[in-house]
Parts: sequence; C-alpha cells; structure tokens
Amino acid sequence: MSKPKFAMYWAAACGGCEIAVLNIDEKVLDLDANFEVAFWPAAMDVKYKDVEAMEDASILVTLFNGSIRTDENEHMARLLRRKSRILVAFGSCANEGCIPGLANLSSRESLFERVYQANATSPSTENPNNLRPQASSQVPEGTLTLPPLQAVIRTLDQVVEVDYHVPGCPPESRQIAAVLDALIAVVKGEAELPPKGAVLGAGNSTVCDECARKRDVKQIGKISRIQELPPLATDVCLLEQGLMCAGPATRSGCDSRCPNVGAPCIGCYGAAPGVLDQGARLMTAIASVVDANEPDAIDRVLDGIPDPAGSFYRFSLAHSLLRANRAALAEKP
Amino acid sequence: MSALDNTNTFEPVIIGFTCNWCSYRAADLAGTSRIKYPPNVRLIRVMCSGRIDPTFVLKALSDGADGVMIAGCHPGECHYLEQNYKALRRHRLLQKTLAQFGIEPARVRLTWASAAEGALFAQEIATMVDEVKQLGPLNWPARPVPVGSVPAEIPVLSEVGA
Repeated sequence: MSKPKFAMYWAAACGGCEIAVLNIDEKVLDLDANFEVAFWPAAMDVKYKDVEAMEDASILVTLFNGSIRTDENEHMARLLRRKSRILVAFGSCANEGCIPGLANLSSRESLFERVYQANATSPSTENPNNLRPQASSQVPEGTLTLPPLQAVIRTLDQVVEVDYHVPGCPPESRQIAAVLDALIAVVKGEAELPPKGAVLGAGNSTVCDECARKRDVKQIGKISRIQELPPLATDVCLLEQGLMCAGPATRSGCDSRCPNVGAPCIGCYGAAPGVLDQGARLMTAIASVVDANEPDAIDRVLDGIPDPAGSFYRFSLAHSLLRANRAALAEKP
Repeated sequence: MSALDNTNTFEPVIIGFTCNWCSYRAADLAGTSRIKYPPNVRLIRVMCSGRIDPTFVLKALSDGADGVMIAGCHPGECHYLEQNYKALRRHRLLQKTLAQFGIEPARVRLTWASAAEGALFAQEIATMVDEVKQLGPLNWPARPVPVGSVPAEIPVLSEVGA
C-alpha cells in the first residue's frame, strides 16, 4: 500500500515555520516513514503544475503557513484546498496574519510609496528613477510577470475552509512533534481525527496561566520599553514591572518561554480560547491595571504605548474584528 | 446623490451600552418624563460600564453600527466603587487605537449620566447622533467568507504552466 501524501507550503511568510518543522530533529524521520512528501518547496523541487496535475483530495494533509498577500498566495491556497483532504493553517501568519498582517494598517499605495519612492521616508530606499514592480513587463526575451499585491492581507481561513489550526510564531517544535505523532496515530488507525476546526499543538488557557511569575499589585504607573528599565526582578509579573506583556490575552502552549527569560509575551500564539479579538482583550487587561483615574494622568501612562494597534495586534491584526485600516479596506482587491 | 444630500437622509445606527444603575435609569427617566431623543440609538443594558470590553465596541462597529455610546455612572459614583474608571481608561486606550484604523473619535463616545439626569442623557444622544450624521456612514466591510473546499474556483495565475 502506498503511503499517504504530505505537503507543506509557504505563502506570505518568513520561512520560520519550515525551520520549526525541521527543528523536530529525528522525528522528521517518522514523517518520512509514514508519509510520502508530495510537495514542499522549502525541502524539495516540485513545480506548481505538478500539484495541479494531482488528483483532487489526493494529498492527505497539507500544512499551510503564511498569509494571503498576493494573487499567487490565493491561487495556491485554493489549489491546495482542492488537492488536500486535511488543510492545516500552520503558524501565526496562516491563522492570524502575524507580522505581515500589520501592513493592513496602511493602504497599498502608501506601502509602495514607503518602499519604492525616491526620497521616501524609508532610509534604505535608493530608487532615483522611481521604479516600481509591475504585474507584467516586457523585456527582449518576452513578458515577465509578478503576482499582484492584494489590497489587504487575509488569513487562510478568510480565503478557504480550514480543517485545523496550529498557532505560534513559529509553532513550538515539541508541539509540532506532538501534532505529527497524533497524525501518524490516525494514519495507523490507532486514533480518530479531532473535531474539525480544532486548535492543535497549543494549550487551552492563557500565557499568564503558564507563567510562574508572581502577580499581586496589579497596578502600573508607567509603561516602559525593556531597555529603559533597570534589571528586572526574575519572579515578579513583567506587566507589574511596567512592561507591556501580551500574556493575559494570548493562548498558552509555548510554556511561557519569553516571560521565563525576562522578555514580555508579544502574543504570537494568538487569541486565548474564548477571546474574539486578541487586541481588544489586551486593551481591557492593560487599561484595568493603569494606576490613574484622571484623563490626563491616564493619558500620561498610556503614552508609554506609542503604537497601540501595533502592540495589541502585533500578530492578530488580519484576523481581528476590524482586520485593517479603513482606507486599506476601501481599496480595490 | 451628493455628500450633502447624504447627511440629510442618513440615519446612523448607534449602539448604546448603558449601566444598570445610572445611565440606563437616566434613559428610563427620559422616557417617563417624555423627553424626546433621536431613535437612532439601540440601548443595551449591562451591569456596569466596567463590563464593557472594547471587543463589544469593535464588534458593533465591524457589524454595521455607525457609532457606539458607552454610558456609566459619574466618576466616584460607580455602584461597584471604581469600575467606571476602568471604562474611562479603556475608552481612552480604545480611542488611541481606533485612530490607527481610521475611525473618528466622535464615533465612540463616553458619557456619564446619573439616574436623575434623563434630560442630560437625551441631550448626549442627540449630540452624538448629530456628530455621527456629519461624519456619514461607517459601512465597515463585511468579513471575507471562505470558499468551500470542493467547488472553489482556482484563479488563473499567468506563470503557472507556462
């Protein structure tokens, strides 16, 4: 009997999810022993047309990482949805939009301006002729094409139906290994698939719940950046020490790795269970502990967060209730 | 239709979150005193303004409301001691955040009204309705609906198969 097929694809992503999968060390041999890798651009050379030639639903499971930024991303999302029996939104980009999703705070035109305009505000831009990438351009050898940028970033489940979600930026390797083990057990007939829509490889609580630091004061008079503070106490809540920490609104599953080493949680595991909008929940939590009751005094504390949307929605903007800036949403797709 | 016509005919939908102990009773008093206020506001009673999570506001705005009013007891008079201060802090933080999404501050209004201030509450609603009428409809685009797994049409990509 031939082995079931496995695929992994990256859309608008950094490649960190692929590294995280390879970080499972010798467990990757189990993957190879139980699956035939049908398509995985980071690991082997298979062309898009080979995927198109596959029969529909012939891939058992596809781990899809990355968000939908270009027409190419959307094409591959729909193609892999059709070819896969199980489509997994893998990593923060596919689930919540992640860092690329922050581009949703700007219109497409302003993104191009920032990156390509001569004398632009971006210090690394050197483009005296104001060249911009074109979807199609003529060169002596023929026509060159680039996939056009869409107006806003969408998450995988805003484009196609998704069967399971594995959060994290990137997902923790031990969690990936556990998900693969569970999948292999299903393939061997030793276990049932979890209910559709389940979040795999993560906890069912918040990062705070996993964090060993003590919380008792719950009042902060000033919000600072980590480099502005003296060395931090190792056993006291980072929020109480004046750092913006996303732990109260973020799903557990990472063993609170960042707070454990003195860095605040930045929210990469996405919204905690039951939380509709990670940023809104974080606003609730932060505003609750601000130690001021007069409007001006409150503002002085809140001024410690210079980029609220970017801080509260660092990973989840594209999947939040508002999803994007109004001007960006009003653009043609 | 010109923008000017639009402000004349546009009737905004405003969701008003009122607390059980002061602002909802102010609305009640406005009613029993036969004080008129524009019918654009849909009131939702919660136990305390401190219960109002910014999620409620964002959900209202993203699901079709043109504005949201949050109403609580006056500072220092909260039935639950100081929860309305939390509402105040959340409102200020939410306003800072909403600016980055291109949502005007007048669309999310925080107001205090005691149970005796029916007239004031009615006036606050009238002012807000006026301001939101000036701004025009919010019309936040609906969330994208994913295509199903089988009948999905796959957009043609020029380089594929070339």
